[in-house]
Amino acid sequence: MRSQNEFSYGGDASVKRPELNQEVSDKEWDNFVYNRKSLRGKHLELWHHVSGCRQWFKVQRDTTTHEIFKTAKMNEEI
Amino acid sequence: MSQKHRLKDKGYINRNKIINFKFNGKSYTGYEGDTLASALLSNGIHLVGRSFKYHRPRGFFAAGVDEPNAKLQVQLNGHSEPNVNATEIELVEGISATSQNCWPSVNFDIGAINNFLHKFFPAGFYYKTFMWPKSFWYKIYEPFIRKAAGLGVASVEKDKERYDHKFEYCDLLVTGSGPAGLASAYAAAKSGAKVILAEDKHRFGGSLLMDDVSIDNLSGKDWADKIISELKEMPNVTVKNRSQVFGYYDHNMLVMFERVGDHLEKKSEFTPRQRLWYIRCKEVILSTGSIERPIVFGNNDTPGVMLASGAKEYMKVYGVLVGKKPIIFTNNDSAYETAIEFKNNGADPLILDTRKEHMSELVNEAKNKGIEIKFNHAVIRANGYKKVKSADIGELSEDKTEYKNIKKAECDCICVSGFWTPSVHLASQSGNKLKFDNQIDAFVPDKSKQNEFTVGSANGDFTLQNTLNKGFKAGKDISKKINNKEIDIQIPNATEKKHNIHDKFWCAPLPKKIQAKRFVDFQNDVSVTDIEIALREGYRSIEHVKRYTTLGMATDQGRTSNLNGLQLVSNIENKIVPEVGHTTFRPPFTPVTIGTIVGREIGKHFMPTRLTPMHEWHVKNNAVFVDAGAWKRPRYYKIGNETMLQAANREAKNVREKVGICDVTTLGKIDVKGPDAAEFLNRVYTNAWMKLPIGKARYGVMLREDGMVMDDGTTTRISENHYHMTTTTAQAANVLSHLEYYLQIIWPDLNVNVVSTTEQWAGAALAGPKSRDVLEKLFPKSNVSNEALPFMGYQEADLFGVPARIFRISFSGELAYEINVQSDYGMFMWEKMIEIGSEFGIQPYGTEALSTLRIEMGHVAGPELDGRTIPQDVSLDGMVSKKKDFIGKRSLSKLAFNQSDRQKIVGLIPTDRKTSIPEGSHLVIDKNAKLPNPKLGHVSSSCWSVENNNPFSLAILKDGKNMIGKKLFAVSPLKNISIEVEVISSHYVDHEGKRVRS
Repeated sequence: MRSQNEFSYGGDASVKRPELNQEVSDKEWDNFVYNRKSLRGKHLELWHHVSGCRQWFKVQRDTTTHEIFKTAKMNEEI
Repeated sequence: MSQKHRLKDKGYINRNKIINFKFNGKSYTGYEGDTLASALLSNGIHLVGRSFKYHRPRGFFAAGVDEPNAKLQVQLNGHSEPNVNATEIELVEGISATSQNCWPSVNFDIGAINNFLHKFFPAGFYYKTFMWPKSFWYKIYEPFIRKAAGLGVASVEKDKERYDHKFEYCDLLVTGSGPAGLASAYAAAKSGAKVILAEDKHRFGGSLLMDDVSIDNLSGKDWADKIISELKEMPNVTVKNRSQVFGYYDHNMLVMFERVGDHLEKKSEFTPRQRLWYIRCKEVILSTGSIERPIVFGNNDTPGVMLASGAKEYMKVYGVLVGKKPIIFTNNDSAYETAIEFKNNGADPLILDTRKEHMSELVNEAKNKGIEIKFNHAVIRANGYKKVKSADIGELSEDKTEYKNIKKAECDCICVSGFWTPSVHLASQSGNKLKFDNQIDAFVPDKSKQNEFTVGSANGDFTLQNTLNKGFKAGKDISKKINNKEIDIQIPNATEKKHNIHDKFWCAPLPKKIQAKRFVDFQNDVSVTDIEIALREGYRSIEHVKRYTTLGMATDQGRTSNLNGLQLVSNIENKIVPEVGHTTFRPPFTPVTIGTIVGREIGKHFMPTRLTPMHEWHVKNNAVFVDAGAWKRPRYYKIGNETMLQAANREAKNVREKVGICDVTTLGKIDVKGPDAAEFLNRVYTNAWMKLPIGKARYGVMLREDGMVMDDGTTTRISENHYHMTTTTAQAANVLSHLEYYLQIIWPDLNVNVVSTTEQWAGAALAGPKSRDVLEKLFPKSNVSNEALPFMGYQEADLFGVPARIFRISFSGELAYEINVQSDYGMFMWEKMIEIGSEFGIQPYGTEALSTLRIEMGHVAGPELDGRTIPQDVSLDGMVSKKKDFIGKRSLSKLAFNQSDRQKIVGLIPTDRKTSIPEGSHLVIDKNAKLPNPKLGHVSSSCWSVENNNPFSLAILKDGKNMIGKKLFAVSPLKNISIEVEVISSHYVDHEGKRVRS
């Protein structure tokens, strides 16, 4: 178990960046850059082991209880 | 005679050791093992403070953490601490305490006039009265309220004490060493589980020290001592007294503070005063016990009124008799033990029991001892100002809302018991939703959210045998869970007196003809009337009632008041208590010193300090340093009596005229390697990177996805697949995370690796018209001519045997180079450069001169790239490629970013050419316009232009490019000045950029 302060939060992991060199509508772009659901309950998040191995990874966490259900590498599905 | 209220041979204090202390300037004595409270009571002192709002005289109400009144200012070991609970602090030689919230003295307090003006101080008084006129708030109302309502005084001296942090892991943490805690800790420890047992007092045993019980034919205390000494022998057990677990956080992380040094008379130099423990444990047993709650009656705050359990603890543990003629006012059996204890010690108690004629083991015992008991009776009002002298008592009517007859009874103290409230604070903090137990009229833990389990009276279990059974079982269950071991322990037999049910009577009605305040919350002076007013005014939610009346919001967190407050609300609202609900329990359970929370992370240990390899040279040469993140950077090098401005101007001028040298080690450096490195840079930066030749540097700007400039810097192609990226000092860490984000998450197909090399390279900037002369002598074997090493060129060279990298880049706008060597050679490089440069007039320059040079040239930096500017705003349009895609590009085509009146970068000079413009000033058309004066922009960076010898600033200004030539005002309300300024181009020096290429 590692201390929480080694990690930093990196936002919603379910957001997909639009492909490069593609036409992207204002709405699609806004959804990618700004619009986030502030979920109560299970949330798929990105975390960065910033004071450690420097890996970004996925965490499934409950936003009300902070319970962590699963973690996964970036190339794995949760 | 001193300590005349001390009983002859009762209590667990050490009578062989007399301790001297002071209270309000007078000297007293007590014994080792006393608290400040018990020592004062042994000297007959009840009046210890004045109440918060009405300045009413207040005395000791309890004997432990539940004390709401006796908060003292305590001087010890050279520090002064406010709001110390006199019932919790141990007596040590030389301790000195004073009353708070009274002036000129606790005996004669002028603020007590509030008590007679109480009609003007109802609930919500401050909200209602001090709202108008608005302008009075800061200067008149707020300072007045602070002075009138202050608790203690925080020290302004530096705290000389030492505080520690400790991280600990265990299988089981047990919070409280009463019977429940001892039983479960013992059972779990026997199986080999790693156990921590924490007790907040300095004596172990909890209720076993006070209650008239025996376990396996030992007295409660002897059994506790036996278990504790066995636990202390076990290597897998940590037993801690003076240690309060005060917070329960996620993932079973609990925090505890340990009072390590305050009770020691001679503390060694390195002994900390207090220690904060972070405990991560697999399981938690909450054996926090319960707190007696009072019954509310008139003037129930008079000194001499206290909890029955408190009076018993003073007799049994400290050998102090708090009164000779006590009234015991109760709705249950437990206070009978207090009455019997009084009787055994020669006092003459009178029991008023709200229950109708009632039989139980304890009632019989009291009767047999000849104690007078009046059933169906209540105390209506206490009489006496600074000490109880008598009580108005009455026989209750059938429905207990009125009295049949009212009498006066002489007494010197009133011991009150309204039954017991489980201490569920930690359980609630862990996420356990509490449930209301009708049987005991209090909340108890319900379903656990985390691995916690509550045992004993904290769970509403008030019999000893049950507590022991459940405690041993819990310990066994946990050891099975942890070690998968079954252990066989004999559960001991307890002998205890049977208690009967309590009466649901919690507040004595007040007949019309009797005037008195009935306090629910003592520490915050909240009376029954205040809560009634709040409800009458429409406050319904218990959370709102709490905030409007301040019920339960004092440092005692309403330990003795919350439930009575809830009862009152539920009675008036005609709801049952669980419908009213309870307010939120939050850490800390008891006040914790800021010193403990901060630990050793103070002063220079507040955060790590990063020093460059040349730091010692800077120190020796009178550098004045500035913090740049964790780095220490020379701000300027002081010569003689120079001011900062004079020094910075001298250094900057020397760069413009001759040559200067600046430590740029702190710039972020990132190695970007891999076959796809060029493609990656092309996506990260706004400009094109696919065609950068080996041995060339390029300036780059990177954006966030929202289009705002994130950072800028140069990147150099060292070899085919190897790039050396530089970032600003401030953004170095963020940029690395940013690059890793894209490589690991968005484009994992790119074959690129990035790593920080900031600490591997020492860097020195060499800037000024004579810099090439210095360079030629530094690298005699290399050709560093303008042709061989042109602007944005790169060479690897040999610095007297040390491999070096030369970049021809410029931050100052002058002909300039940056030289990097491995960090270990940083000092060697620096000293060589100074030595060789001396004939050309080389001088070091710091960050002030560095800023001056870049501002004059119109180079943007942190103050302009503040996360609110896109490239077009700061004249970086030319850096944005139209042909390729990159991070943040799509945002740049958004409507708002293409409005003509966006704020853009400009230069400013004062029209008088003399007055410096403060950074942060607002730009307005008319300095005398009516407020709110429309703001057109702000001043981002200011300097004294050494080239033109007058002040110059950069500013971000609405429709900036079209404002050039106009006059505006820069106003700084902070400095109370407004300066007329002229808008000019942001490039004040060398418009065409000839010098860097010369």
